[in-house]
Amino acid sequence: MARELQLMKGNEAIARAMIASGTDGYFGYPITPQSEVMETLMAEKPWETTGMTVLQAESEVASINMVYGGAATGKKVATSSSSPGISLMQEGLTYLAGAEIPCLVVNVMRGGPGLGTIQPSQSDYFQSTKGGGHGDYQLYTLAPASVQEMYDFVFDAWDIAFKYRNPVLILSDGAIGQCMEKLYTRDYIPRWTEEERRKNAPWGTWGKPATRDHNIITSLELDSARQEVFNHKLQAKYAEMKEKEVRYEMLNCEDADYIIVAYGSSSRIAMKAMQMAREKGIKVGLFRLITLFPFPTKQLAEVAAHVKGILCVEMSAGQMSEDRALRPLRRYHPHSRRGPGGS
Amino acid sequence: MNQDIEARKQELLKEGYEEVYTRTKVLTDAVMHYCPGCGHGTTHRLIAEVIDEMGIQDNVVGVSPVGCSVLAYNYFDVDFQEAAHGRAPAVATAIKRLNPDTFVFTYQGDGDLAAIGTAETIHAANRGENMTMIFVNNGIYGMTGGQMAPTTLVGMRSATTPYGRRVDLNGYPLRMTELLSTLPGTYYVTRQSVQNPAAVRKAKAAIRKAFENQRR
Ligand SMILES: Cc1ncc(C[n+]2csc(CCOP(=O)(O)OP(=O)(O)O)c2C)c(N)n1
Repeated sequence: MARELQLMKGNEAIARAMIASGTDGYFGYPITPQSEVMETLMAEKPWETTGMTVLQAESEVASINMVYGGAATGKKVATSSSSPGISLMQEGLTYLAGAEIPCLVVNVMRGGPGLGTIQPSQSDYFQSTKGGGHGDYQLYTLAPASVQEMYDFVFDAWDIAFKYRNPVLILSDGAIGQCMEKLYTRDYIPRWTEEERRKNAPWGTWGKPATRDHNIITSLELDSARQEVFNHKLQAKYAEMKEKEVRYEMLNCEDADYIIVAYGSSSRIAMKAMQMAREKGIKVGLFRLITLFPFPTKQLAEVAAHVKGILCVEMSAGQMSEDRALRPLRRYHPHSRRGPGGS
Repeated sequence: MNQDIEARKQELLKEGYEEVYTRTKVLTDAVMHYCPGCGHGTTHRLIAEVIDEMGIQDNVVGVSPVGCSVLAYNYFDVDFQEAAHGRAPAVATAIKRLNPDTFVFTYQGDGDLAAIGTAETIHAANRGENMTMIFVNNGIYGMTGGQMAPTTLVGMRSATTPYGRRVDLNGYPLRMTELLSTLPGTYYVTRQSVQNPAAVRKAKAAIRKAFENQRR
């Protein structure tokens, strides 16, 4: 399918982007407000067109472990869920990070704690950007602010995931997942051929030919010295991401007296507030975070040094504004405004 | 194979000895860490021999979750994935669905398959996933030091049932084979033992059948 203008929901965009980006498999479990992802996939029947596998698992614990198994054969495998389901997936995610398996996980956040609410929220920020499960690991975390970005970030996720052999998280929320917007689709990227898989994932467990040693996918290391070496290697990988893969957007920041820092659907509200302020002659700019890990600390600090005030806007009780990654800003601006989401 | 052993073998063959049994090439040279008397070594060998005899070494993916056999990947010379405790059937489900021509097997303990992973076990079987699950039931949680497993027999002592398993406290041992046999998605389920040579031969035939079923 060529580039085309369409109207669709954020969740549907995720599903269609998975098909269009050559994803090999999707495993999921229903939960509001993201159930349309699997529903769209099931209705589209990509196994008849691109050959993509889609399966409804018995739980999120099963679906993330299906991602583990499938992705460890060197294929593009994804899942999606919302906050309570993502909590259940944390063990699987730390295994994926520990075994360095590329994959895509989408979280369409809702309010918590506990069963919480099905309204949008951004209160999984810490869980998403500080590992989430046990151990020292990071997910590359993208925060879409539109239906278009829901779609585009799926394509970007595969590049990053395989480049770094690391899970990628698209951290969305109920507002972006449920809202309908216009969207430009992209040309289909065919699923990898057998040769491409073997070239792009030489570490994959796709059946040991006589010409190589057996491939092993594991996060186990009984020798603590070797585990330490491995952890340094992981940290070096995350440092490289911080160096090379930070993404953000600056709107009206050049002449701004004040800037708003926000991501996802909060940044949409912030954008409107910025426009209203500008109409009144108040010079407000918007620093929109696109990657939450790696966080654009350096870039934000440069802007912060030249403004009178900063407003952090998010649908959580201050998780992003409390983030260590924002610490350099405190030097200039010690105050932040907080309000929990899901209401 | 160890060079000294290989050299000695060649000498013996020259002396007129005949080779009637040899280790399968599907097992690596790594020294197994299993306790003396444990059936894992035998069971590993049977699976490896079946893979060898079927000529599928280049087209197998094994999955061993947490448990005594978590290091099975060091012993089988085939592509292998280590899985989280209990999740091997889910892991294997996706391996097989995304690689339908590949032979996929899991190798799980009783705590793994019948306690923490019961849901994954039952649903994989009930979906009729075309894969082989090898369930090694030693009646305890071996790796963590011999605690009660779902299969621990009534009256049997373990680290967490030091006075014997009591039905009023711990319920009954879970009969997984019987349970799975009632599911319409299960194609072949059998209980075997490796306690003596006759049983070992029968167990091997069952493993062979379970692997051959993946050809359908
Ligand atoms: C989530 C989780 N819980 C607990 C453990 C600890 N653990 C490791 S092995 C094991 C028991 C394994 O017993 P079984 O599956 O019967 O295999 P065996 O060791 O007897 O071969 C447990 C509880 C773990 N690794 N992960």
